[in-house]
Amino acid sequence: MRAFFLVLLAGALFGAGLTVSGMVNPTRVQNFLDLFGTWDPTLIFVMAGGVAVTFVGYRLAFRRGAPLFAERFSLPTVTAIDWPLMAGAVIFGIGWGLSGFCPGPAVAGLVFGAPKAYIFLAAMLAGILAARALRRHTPTAAELAAVEG
Amino acid sequence: MTTLFSPGLGLAGGVLIGLSAVLLMAAIGRIAGASGIVGGLLTMRPDGEFAWRAIFVVGVLLGAGSVAMIPGLRPALAYEASTPVLIAGGLLVGFGTALGSGCTSGHGICGLPRLSLRSLVATLLFMASAIATVAVVRHLIGA
Repeated sequence: MRAFFLVLLAGALFGAGLTVSGMVNPTRVQNFLDLFGTWDPTLIFVMAGGVAVTFVGYRLAFRRGAPLFAERFSLPTVTAIDWPLMAGAVIFGIGWGLSGFCPGPAVAGLVFGAPKAYIFLAAMLAGILAARALRRHTPTAAELAAVEG
Repeated sequence: MTTLFSPGLGLAGGVLIGLSAVLLMAAIGRIAGASGIVGGLLTMRPDGEFAWRAIFVVGVLLGAGSVAMIPGLRPALAYEASTPVLIAGGLLVGFGTALGSGCTSGHGICGLPRLSLRSLVATLLFMASAIATVAVVRHLIGA
């Protein structure tokens, strides 16, 4: 039960962070990406804050040896810089640039009720399913390892 | 539409996201990667893998909704992309994050602090391609 509340709280912090930072506003994101135009550097501070806290916090968490309510930490085991990683990142970047949405804000943005947010989410789910179908037909050794979030 | 540079709110939001990632790891040992969490929900099996992801997503909605009700913290929202472009973008984001095993939270917030070389490469690549895409769309094509 305590695990349930901690996971719920983690989600709430995530959604709150995305909203406070303005990352749920796709125009703010696209302005961050618009280096040659209406550049808005806010996302740099979001990433800096997130990375700094996680860097310190993960070290503290890992020091315990195990999570509070699970047997072990579920960390990715793949280390190779392979073509799915690189191609996937480039493709994701194009979609992110076109829409100003990435998966987290796409979910958090649903609470604001804009139809476009729901349209984006539906298309994103379709894209995920397409990638899954592709991977099922071209398995590699890396596929068998734990997958990153 | 220009957006006002907000380093304070940005930093505060980033800290909250970081705390979320740390809490999820400390509690159940999981990476707070939105693409993996959402993608995992698509398996639709009512087991442990589904449960924590569903709870997390409910939390995201509650957290976002709660902040949105605070006067002054509800962000102005502007969806500049047309519907066809949003659909194309959505397909590419879904496909790319699933293929590349992560997104800005999974690779950026969670992967970089773990000193993951994969996440560093992924982050640099998606940042570069996103910046290039916006440059082309806004300045070359003039959309």
